[in-house]
Amino acid sequence: MVEQVLFVLLAIITLGSALVVVTNRNLFHAALALMVTFAGVAGVYITLDAGFLAMAQLLVYIGAISILIIFAIMMTRRLMQAVEAPFNSQRWLGLFGAVVTFAILAVVLGRYWSPQPNVNNLVASIDPEILNGSVARLGASFVNPDAYVLPFEVASILLLAALVGAIVVAWPKVEDQS
Amino acid sequence: MTNETLTILTWLIPAGPLLAFFLIMLFTNRSRTLSWMIAWAGVFAALILGWIVALNTAAVGAHHLEEHPTVVASAFPWIPVGDFLKGTWINIGVAVDPLAAVMLIMVTFTVTMIFIYSVGYHNWSAPLGKILGVPNHLQEEPLLSRFFAFMSLFAGGMLLLVLADDLLLLFIGWEIMGFTSYSLIGFWYAREYHLGPDDIPHIPPYKASIKAFMTTRVADVVMLLGIVFFYFQFGTLNFNQAFTPENLSDVLDIIGPTAFGLMTLMLFAGTVGKSAQFPLHVWLPDAMEGPTPVSAVIHAAAMVSAGVYFLLRIFPLVAVASGPSGTDAVSFTIAGIGAFTALMAATIAIAQNDVKGVLAYSTISQLGFMVAAIGVGSYVAGAFHLITHGFFKALLFLASGSVIHGMEHGAHDVHDHHTDPQDMRNMGGLRKKLPITFWTFLIGGLALSGLPFITAGFWSKDEIFAEAWYLWDNDGFILALVVFVVLAIAAFLTAYYTARQISMTFLGKPRTPLAEHAHESNAFMTIPLILLAFFAVVAGWAGIPENFPVIGSMVNNHYVHHFVGSTIYKLMEELYALHLVKHPIENLPFNWEPLIASLVVALGGLFLGWWIYGRKPLETDQPDPVQRPLGPLYTFFNNKWYIDELYQRVFINPTTYLSEKVVYEAIDKKTIDGILHAIAKGFYGFGYYVKRFEEVVISGGVDWLKDGFLNISKEFRQLQTGRVQEYALISALIAVALIAVVLLINYGWLGQLFN
Amino acid sequence: MIPLSWYLLLGAALFSIGIYGVFSRRNAVAILMAVELMLNAVNINLVAFWRYLTPEKSAGMAWAVFVLTVAAAEAAVGLALIISIYRSRDSVIAEDMDLMKN
Repeated sequence: MVEQVLFVLLAIITLGSALVVVTNRNLFHAALALMVTFAGVAGVYITLDAGFLAMAQLLVYIGAISILIIFAIMMTRRLMQAVEAPFNSQRWLGLFGAVVTFAILAVVLGRYWSPQPNVNNLVASIDPEILNGSVARLGASFVNPDAYVLPFEVASILLLAALVGAIVVAWPKVEDQS
Repeated sequence: MTNETLTILTWLIPAGPLLAFFLIMLFTNRSRTLSWMIAWAGVFAALILGWIVALNTAAVGAHHLEEHPTVVASAFPWIPVGDFLKGTWINIGVAVDPLAAVMLIMVTFTVTMIFIYSVGYHNWSAPLGKILGVPNHLQEEPLLSRFFAFMSLFAGGMLLLVLADDLLLLFIGWEIMGFTSYSLIGFWYAREYHLGPDDIPHIPPYKASIKAFMTTRVADVVMLLGIVFFYFQFGTLNFNQAFTPENLSDVLDIIGPTAFGLMTLMLFAGTVGKSAQFPLHVWLPDAMEGPTPVSAVIHAAAMVSAGVYFLLRIFPLVAVASGPSGTDAVSFTIAGIGAFTALMAATIAIAQNDVKGVLAYSTISQLGFMVAAIGVGSYVAGAFHLITHGFFKALLFLASGSVIHGMEHGAHDVHDHHTDPQDMRNMGGLRKKLPITFWTFLIGGLALSGLPFITAGFWSKDEIFAEAWYLWDNDGFILALVVFVVLAIAAFLTAYYTARQISMTFLGKPRTPLAEHAHESNAFMTIPLILLAFFAVVAGWAGIPENFPVIGSMVNNHYVHHFVGSTIYKLMEELYALHLVKHPIENLPFNWEPLIASLVVALGGLFLGWWIYGRKPLETDQPDPVQRPLGPLYTFFNNKWYIDELYQRVFINPTTYLSEKVVYEAIDKKTIDGILHAIAKGFYGFGYYVKRFEEVVISGGVDWLKDGFLNISKEFRQLQTGRVQEYALISALIAVALIAVVLLINYGWLGQLFN
Repeated sequence: MIPLSWYLLLGAALFSIGIYGVFSRRNAVAILMAVELMLNAVNINLVAFWRYLTPEKSAGMAWAVFVLTVAAAEAAVGLALIISIYRSRDSVIAEDMDLMKN
């Protein structure tokens, strides 16, 4: 009971701030709402016994990406400009598209997908030890040659490439002065 | 001399002039001097070789020759007939028999004299004439090389004809001479006449040459058909092989006398054309447009003689065709044409005023004598007269050329270039001015008239009369009497017009300043005159009949008769034995009648001519004394019996009309071209429609397709807005739609959304 | 005892909101923020499925970590691009970037 109320609360927070993100005129407010959304999602992770991921979410998304976004907003803003028209010319069609997408997904989930019988039982047959050791297992899988060491290394290279690429792309053009 | 050497020399006789022709034409034509020297070398070689061969033939002796007349015979296969491998070949080659030998003597000598004369006639070493294709009076002829090239070719052709042992080579020489005659008559190709009403009519040389060629062409076609007919019947063209008693009687039996006579007359047609007999005589007077040496060689010594020579060569055919088993029509035709021509030409000659014109008609007349003689069957008389005539006619022509040259000198001195130097009415008194020319002309003229006993012409003409009289007297051959009478009248007229000519030209006082200032020609011209005059006198002595009173036994007994007659003596004996011919070649008994007739006509004619024209010579501008008495007859003779006008009306105008109006304009231009133009138009029209089809349908179709695609793509291009968000939206919508479709298909219609 | 479908619905809703933002926001940075929302929705789905179906394995969690990583990298590069575009065009309005038009 408590879990369900907690979940609904988290869902409301998340979805609400997500709506603010996509509708607010003030980009800065939207960025802040994004941070709230990330926090809500982190909370959802906690309810799913994925504490490590919740922390990673907080660190990465709220701590880095959101700040990055705010920097970008600042740097691409005209002087003293705070608000601007939020929507482009295809807003209604876009709304329709989003609604239809959600409808399809909801229909599929509700009507045509039947999960396995014991899925809805969150805690019944779960050994707490399994949940407790999940982080250790995750860590071991990242360095296990039979598991995900390769994607792990590639991900790090990816981050390196992204780092270099971002710097190169955003480097200001140097004007030659003869 | 061995037979091989003689054969080689015989082949070389025509080679000299022919080689000269090629050398001049190809190499030396730039140098006039070198050209005439080479031409001289050619004919001198022919002269020497010809005389050697002829004299060697004579040395064989008449008795031996009667058995074997052909001294030299050499032939080679030339052209295959029918299948190349299995068919027979026609041979051509040379043969020398007595007839060819005497012709060689006459032809080579006269041609050489004429070549010598030509160098002087064309004023070699005088200042060079400037205008080409026109006579440059008293200046050196600029186209002298061309002249000698053609003359050499002509001489070569004549010698080929004389030496030919078959009809084919003879015909080749015949045609060579036809061509060169055309070229030489039209030698002054650019000459035009601007004549007044009183001037002697002339047609320009280029027209005269075409006239000559066309007229002889008519004759040559018939002759060629005759040759084909001959080959078809006899199987060979060789004279010796064809003319055997067996062959002749076989052919006569197979095709019958009418066809045999027809074949003979077809061949005779060649003679009618080449020797200018009526009706094909019209070309010879106009051929006087050529330079005088050309007139001399072609129309006195050689080409016209070739016609008679040819007739002599086919004499066996003629004799059999008109013999007892043949028809009289042949001899009537031949002798009739000959006699008529002789008389007609003589009547025209008495009313001509051009010095060369008189000689032209004289030639036609004398050839008529020969043809008539052969027509009644006198082989030797015809041959004898041919030889003597060659000498004195050539002499007369050359002398007339000297006269004309003298007159032109006079014209130059008095600066009068309008008076005709060839018109005898402008001459007179030239005896004093041109002495050598006068004496040689006189000798030639007397020979032509037949001055008794002295001149060659008397002996040869007397021979003709004797034979004709004998045939009438002995055999009662009516034709011979007719021939005798007609030829006697013609001989009378011959003497008459010759005396007229000599009187008008040389006697009395000069009638115009031209004649006043005339002077004698150079040595190149006078020396040949003297040499020819010698032969004009002497050549007849070889033919004095042995039966002639007093003189006959003194001279070598009728050498010419025996020698020339030996050519066909044996053949005629055999044919006579088979009753195929009327007479063999035989020595005639002497009769007074023909002798008296010759004396009367010759002396009478000369006297009458001298009486009218020479006793009281004409004054300046005095009209012809006989013009008033003869009246319309004079006009008729002066206008050459109006035959040229008749031919123009009857033959030439319709042909011109046919070729211009009918064939050219109507058929060629309108019909054939019309069809072609219509076809072309049709194709153009078709092409136009194809092009329109291509433009509208094909290109249009392609363009329509292209425009359609462009329009469609223009519409579709609008999808590409460049805005990424729109692309994303559209992709998402389509994805959703697809999923919806899949769901609908898999799970049926939607019921409730949840549970 | 929260049914799995609730988590999935939450993920779907968040995804739809994100997709609406991608379609209809003018500012490029706002579009990027919406993309982050979508990625987060995916992550929720991944983790939910891991927890309910294979909690003893680490695949789901690992995958979620990778998505997180890639999202971070992509946000960095994307924002660098936006800054570069802003420098040359003085605008970050996505509608106006239509150089590939037609």
